[in-house]
Amino acid sequence: MLEKKAMLLDITLCVGCNACQGACKEANQLPPGDETRLTLTAFTALSEHQGRFVRHLCQHCDVPTCVSVCPVGALSKSPAGPVTYDGNKCIGCRYCLQACPFHVPKYEWSSTRPSIRKCHFCAARLAVGRPTACSEACPTGATLFGDRAELLAEAGRRVAAAPDKYVPRIYGQEEVGGTSMLYLSPVPFEQIGFDTRLGKTPMPLLTMSVLSKAPNVVTVGGVLLSGIWWITNRRTEVQANEPNGRPRRPRSQGDSK
Amino acid sequence: MKALTLPRVTGWRVIALILILAGAVSAFARFTQGLGATTHLTDDFPWGLWIGFDFLGIGLAASGFTLVAAVHLFHAKAYEPIVRPAILTAFIGYLLVVLVLIIDLGRPDHFWHPLVMWNPHSVMCEISWCLMLYTTVLSLEFAPIVLEKFHIHRPIKWIHNISLPFMIFGVLLSTLHQSSFGSLYLIVPNRLHALWYTPLLPVLFFISCIASGISMVILESLLLSRHGPALLPPRLRANLAKITAVVLAVYLVVRIQDLLTRGNLHEMTTLTYYSAAFHAEILIGFLIPFGLLLHERVRTSRTGLYTACLMVLGGFAANRMNTAVTGLEQWPTLTYFPSLMEILIMLGITALGFSAFLAIVNYLPIFTAEPARPGPHEDPIQADPAPALLARAGGHLGTP
Repeated sequence: MLEKKAMLLDITLCVGCNACQGACKEANQLPPGDETRLTLTAFTALSEHQGRFVRHLCQHCDVPTCVSVCPVGALSKSPAGPVTYDGNKCIGCRYCLQACPFHVPKYEWSSTRPSIRKCHFCAARLAVGRPTACSEACPTGATLFGDRAELLAEAGRRVAAAPDKYVPRIYGQEEVGGTSMLYLSPVPFEQIGFDTRLGKTPMPLLTMSVLSKAPNVVTVGGVLLSGIWWITNRRTEVQANEPNGRPRRPRSQGDSK
Repeated sequence: MKALTLPRVTGWRVIALILILAGAVSAFARFTQGLGATTHLTDDFPWGLWIGFDFLGIGLAASGFTLVAAVHLFHAKAYEPIVRPAILTAFIGYLLVVLVLIIDLGRPDHFWHPLVMWNPHSVMCEISWCLMLYTTVLSLEFAPIVLEKFHIHRPIKWIHNISLPFMIFGVLLSTLHQSSFGSLYLIVPNRLHALWYTPLLPVLFFISCIASGISMVILESLLLSRHGPALLPPRLRANLAKITAVVLAVYLVVRIQDLLTRGNLHEMTTLTYYSAAFHAEILIGFLIPFGLLLHERVRTSRTGLYTACLMVLGGFAANRMNTAVTGLEQWPTLTYFPSLMEILIMLGITALGFSAFLAIVNYLPIFTAEPARPGPHEDPIQADPAPALLARAGGHLGTP
């Protein structure tokens, strides 16, 4: 049975060497350079907040918003964890850019045949049992690759062992239903640029609660409209054939001015 | 409409032509240079003016399904003379929205993908399907008008035989996707400002589209009978106005009550960029026209109706633009303003829509209230002197 993979990103261990970004760019044939925010050429980036370094990359949510909004299924979630993208299906509607709670997907705006670009969790490497390129390159163990359940246990152990070193929170454990990127931080997450208002509900449920009513609208609405038609039609017929009643009113009462 | 004559040159026609040409040139630039070079859209602001315009176009096109429902399903037959103009409005509206969507899509060559690559979890997929199916229904509702013109009667009979299920289907499809445009934003609770984000977005979008659809019908009946006999008797126009007032009232109650129960009253009462946009939208588009339409005097006066209905449409546009643009500006605290080409394409397509409407009104039997269809309710009385109106329309509709 395939275990769900994840990465543990321990901000206390990161020294800001950017080896992760270098390895990522090499693995994905991207132009080298240290970038501080996600771009078309940076599937991972490293930014500094008051001396702490925070890695940015696709969080590979357990219930991904991007996968749910994509009208053509160009984005998909594999059981092992990666959220991958198929440019041959993509129509370029950019709903994933709009909807991603972590603002991850980037769009090739300058192209006439644009695609989405983002981290794909080294899906090809995972498929052959290898870890991600960034975790392999990390010299301090700040990026740790493994099974999600094991990494969660490890994160819990670290926080319990050194409660003065960490805030008691594993970012990604429950955010929007849980993600594959699990962060540990020495300071409250909102201070180092994380969105802490996301909540635990997977975003796709917000849409599904409405979308799931569509079949009901069609069936109930269809019956209702047919019924109304039947009644009003019958009324018109009766009116037209009333033997002693008033004759049917002419359609336009001639009060055109 | 016998001989083809060169159209007269009028100010409006020149303006329309310039706008259409400018739009076409901009669209050409967009297809050859990509969205980045021609729009102000970015990764942080991936949807802009065009999406708002789509909402607007579809909202005005709501006149089609509301009138079809009223006349053919609810048998409010007195409104029949305005059904065809309403269907024409809807048909043009939908075709133009599809055009804008294709321009807006990054991969226009893949526009058909949602039809074969399903994702039932995606609102966008549902909208694609509804748009396609409803445009098909509209073309069926529109086909008799074209066939009549060329005296091809047998297909009209066929279409008439299947028209009831199709009309019901069309009303259901409209209900679904008019509200789904609101559902598109359910997924961004952390981005869309609290004054617009609510789980009730689909409900609010649906209610407001009915108000705008009926207002559009009132405006059309005013415009199209400017130089001739009234397309709709003033009494019926006043009734439509009354219904609009009721719909506006329902909308206001739902909207304000939702803000209250969700504890967002302070967003409304503190003065910010967003609350200013909110109040402008509510006052101009909903509250003031509601107040106006409560008065019999307004409902029976042409000026009064013009004013109130234009305000409803203005407020509707403001609501859609606020949802699609203003409300999303709080993250990442940037202000989006469309590029010149985005605006030109939008104006060009608007001009195309108006020109198409006026051209078709002149050419096809839009003002023949009762389609030539067999049935027990054959009504020989036809108060509407269609040919005369057509002749006049040819002379006047294009002029200011």
